[in-house]
Amino acid sequence: MLRARFLIPLAVFAVVVGILGVGLTLDPREVPSPLINKPAPAFNLPQLAQPDKTISQKDMLGKVWLLNVWASWCVSCREEHSTILELARSGVVPVLGLNYKDERADGLAWLARLGNPYQISAYDRDGRIGIDYGVYGVPETYVIDKAGVIRYKRIGAVTPEVVRDKILPLVKELNGNA
Amino acid sequence: MRKLFVLLFGLILAGSVLAKEAPPAVPDPALEKRTMALAEELRCLVCQNQTIADSHAELAIDLKNQIREKLKAGMSEEQILQFMVARYGDFVLYKPPVKATTVPLWFGPFALLFGALAGLFYYLLRRRRSAAPQPLSEAEQARVQALLDSPEERR
Repeated sequence: MLRARFLIPLAVFAVVVGILGVGLTLDPREVPSPLINKPAPAFNLPQLAQPDKTISQKDMLGKVWLLNVWASWCVSCREEHSTILELARSGVVPVLGLNYKDERADGLAWLARLGNPYQISAYDRDGRIGIDYGVYGVPETYVIDKAGVIRYKRIGAVTPEVVRDKILPLVKELNGNA
Repeated sequence: MRKLFVLLFGLILAGSVLAKEAPPAVPDPALEKRTMALAEELRCLVCQNQTIADSHAELAIDLKNQIREKLKAGMSEEQILQFMVARYGDFVLYKPPVKATTVPLWFGPFALLFGALAGLFYYLLRRRRSAAPQPLSEAEQARVQALLDSPEERR
């Protein structure tokens, strides 16, 4: 009985270590988006390459597609760029860009230099559509289904693991069911 | 010499006449006050431990502009908070609503406090009980008697 009492502090310590340990594995920057399973917010923006043409989320209805928010000033966008390029080239899923709070010339130069994975990039100069999509840290990537509903959101750079484990299976499932 | 003083005096006077009162930093202080009050309640997601009122991150500035515009357009504070929550989730609120997922957040600290108080109370109760005066056992009584009776001590 006496011995058990000495174990109490140890047990409390173990619980605290356990809780803190779990806390270490969580990323405080990944805030669950309230937009999951909600219709993708509407936009009708000029295209980055052709300012006289517009692009809207409605143009993609009937397709499973990716919306990748990027900017030429964003460091992590550079990090994920080769992954996005590879995914786009594989042709599994169309990728659209949302050029966020960027200068048009800078954005175009960035694509010219590093390669353009996007079928079309929408040009969101003042970041207003970004706010509608709950963007707070570029890059962010959304998987949107055929009905125009957001099914997945990735905050931060897309890695090959994310593509393999999350995006590709989800795209496959969404294409198969509908 | 005197002329010089007059000239100087005139110059100083002219300066104060020409100087204007500083214009207010914002055209509409009342609107600004409401904007900032609302901004105080919203978390900046770029710099998570600041409100968007405190933050100079670009997103925070954009959001402040949105709040200002929406207030100007006649939206209520409540509607604007809903607008933010719809986009960024409950996490943007410094005072999140009480829901199933936020119950530990709201009541966890009180549960811990009451748990600790109960533990302390229990501990004190036990200590008092164990420290209560106990009658001497027979052997102890005999020893006390022996000491009292011993000749050396009786001086």
